[in-house]
Amino acid sequence: MTASRITRRFSERAAEGRAALVPYVTAGFPELDTTGPLLEALADAGADVIELGVPFSDPLADGPTIQASSFRALENGVTVARVLEMVRAFRAARDTPLVLFTYLNPVYHYGMEAFCRDAAEAGADGILLTDLPAGSDPELEGALARAGLDPIRLLAPTTPDARIGLVAQGGRGFLYYISRTGVTGARAELRTELADEVDRLRARVGLPVAVGFGISTPDQARAVAEVADGVVVGSALVQRLEAGGVEGAAAFVAALRGAMDGAD
Amino acid sequence: MSTTAAPSGRFGPFGGRYVPETLMAALDELEAAWAHARDDADFHEELGALLRDYVGRPTPLYRARRLEAAVGAGPIYLKREDLNHTGAHKINNTMGQVLLARRMGKGRIIAETGAGQHGVATATACALFDLDCVVYMGAEDVQRQALNVYRMELLGAEVRPVSSGTRTLKDATNEAIRDWVTNVGDTHYIIGSVVGPDPFPRMVRDFQAIIGREARAQMLETAGRLPATVVACVGGGSNAMGIFHAFVDDADVELVGVEAAGEGVDSGRHSATLSAGSPGVLHGALSYLLQDDDGQVAPAHSVSAGLDYPGVGPEHSWLKDSHRARYVSVTDDEALAAFHALSRLEGIIPALETAHAIAHVSTLGASHGDRGPILVCLSGRGDKDVAHVARVEGRDLPRG
Repeated sequence: MTASRITRRFSERAAEGRAALVPYVTAGFPELDTTGPLLEALADAGADVIELGVPFSDPLADGPTIQASSFRALENGVTVARVLEMVRAFRAARDTPLVLFTYLNPVYHYGMEAFCRDAAEAGADGILLTDLPAGSDPELEGALARAGLDPIRLLAPTTPDARIGLVAQGGRGFLYYISRTGVTGARAELRTELADEVDRLRARVGLPVAVGFGISTPDQARAVAEVADGVVVGSALVQRLEAGGVEGAAAFVAALRGAMDGAD
Repeated sequence: MSTTAAPSGRFGPFGGRYVPETLMAALDELEAAWAHARDDADFHEELGALLRDYVGRPTPLYRARRLEAAVGAGPIYLKREDLNHTGAHKINNTMGQVLLARRMGKGRIIAETGAGQHGVATATACALFDLDCVVYMGAEDVQRQALNVYRMELLGAEVRPVSSGTRTLKDATNEAIRDWVTNVGDTHYIIGSVVGPDPFPRMVRDFQAIIGREARAQMLETAGRLPATVVACVGGGSNAMGIFHAFVDDADVELVGVEAAGEGVDSGRHSATLSAGSPGVLHGALSYLLQDDDGQVAPAHSVSAGLDYPGVGPEHSWLKDSHRARYVSVTDDEALAAFHALSRLEGIIPALETAHAIAHVSTLGASHGDRGPILVCLSGRGDKDVAHVARVEGRDLPRG
């Protein structure tokens, strides 16, 4: 199997001694037609991998910001089919890897194999299902493993050592380490144990480790970039998008990029 | 047929653990604590003493002769869970889970509530054992169940209204899960029904199974036989699983779950998950679910806040698909009529949830013939609903 677009991008960044920047945005927020120009602007501002949220009515792993963006996007009429159209349009314009970030039910309802096939065909590169933990469903996880998309797996501070191997085994592209217990959302401070935890994890797994949840400023992004292979920024970006539109979001991503690249 | 969940926590294909990674360790911890307690005589002795001396068990089995005459079928026996302390079956589960939380060393309890009965039962158990208690409740339910909100506060709990989504039980459950993900180290989440990720559906069922165990023995003693039919309302389905469980292996006993048809199953404004839903994943389990063509959870509706839920316990999904139980639905109007009927005929004001079960029994009439006794789970009393029913029916009660 040739290396995926996500794997190649992480390798390139690693070779340059830089961490990958992974912004998250909710598809269809704040307006349906924002997402197209937004994705291109994020790519141009220095995003390495973009997580595109497929909104779900019951986002129980998300804090207030991404909940609100999801509800708004659903009110705007976003559907799985429309998200796939957005992916297709973006792929025609840019080669930045895209990960679809969502919950199991919309994918289950669409059909796991059909969803992965259609998403890959549209030009998506990875899929992250927040509520399909490793070992929970061999059938669905098997379909995911056979898919032409990288399954992005989550690890949490509460994941016992004995589970780390199981989680890592089912993942491709990169592993997403949740920086703290809790839901998504911007936070003023990062936990002091984070660096040690990420170090231990990187020694254990054969995949790049990106860290997310709560990273909200260029300074925090720089601090995380010093210890991790990738930095995920979601809620803080969605807030900038709401306040400052596509331009504001792109400027924020550029600021994160600048801070991270000054990290070495 | 056995409905006992396999080690994977499945009932047939249903159930499972579809949760954020952060919770996986806590579910393992809970499963281990429950497995240990289940085989521990001391645990059962402690729980049994509480249920007897504090909750008031066993609850009576009462033959409702005036209801029989009005319905034209019978005999009809009511399992009086409304006579439990706090007025519903919910406390059977909260007592058990609070004892488990103490064993796990968790000093903080969270819960979701719809009608408020589970919230009150949780707040009660937390008062008794001096545990911090936070109850999440949909903002709409806070309005229609104001009395229960105040009861929870009197008991020392903090009630947090949830204004996201549909502002009802579904969203309160989302918010409780978010709290648990955040505070999982010191917090136990007492789910109030046979829903959620494994081990909750089988654990809550086991705590509620005392309803059916008692009722089965009482039927044999009083009527000299098993019931022909067991009827219970189903929202998440805990009182129904509680009373069904003891009869599942009695092949001749018909099990009937009654869902809320709201304004009618065809109206799109209902909570009849098993009757009109399709399999999907919500709140950690694969089960029947009300959802739209894009896999978004559809808003539920019922006059009864406790049934106003678009999901259902996974074991019910399995009982349906394996044809061991059947599920019917009754509308808001039929439930309201039954609420009045039971009040006038038997002097028992039922919870609006429970009124759905009574409403179904009221339709049996001659069709039931002489098939034998009907056992109904009278899951809760209706004091909490009096003001709401008055409002729905256009009566303005003076503020007391």
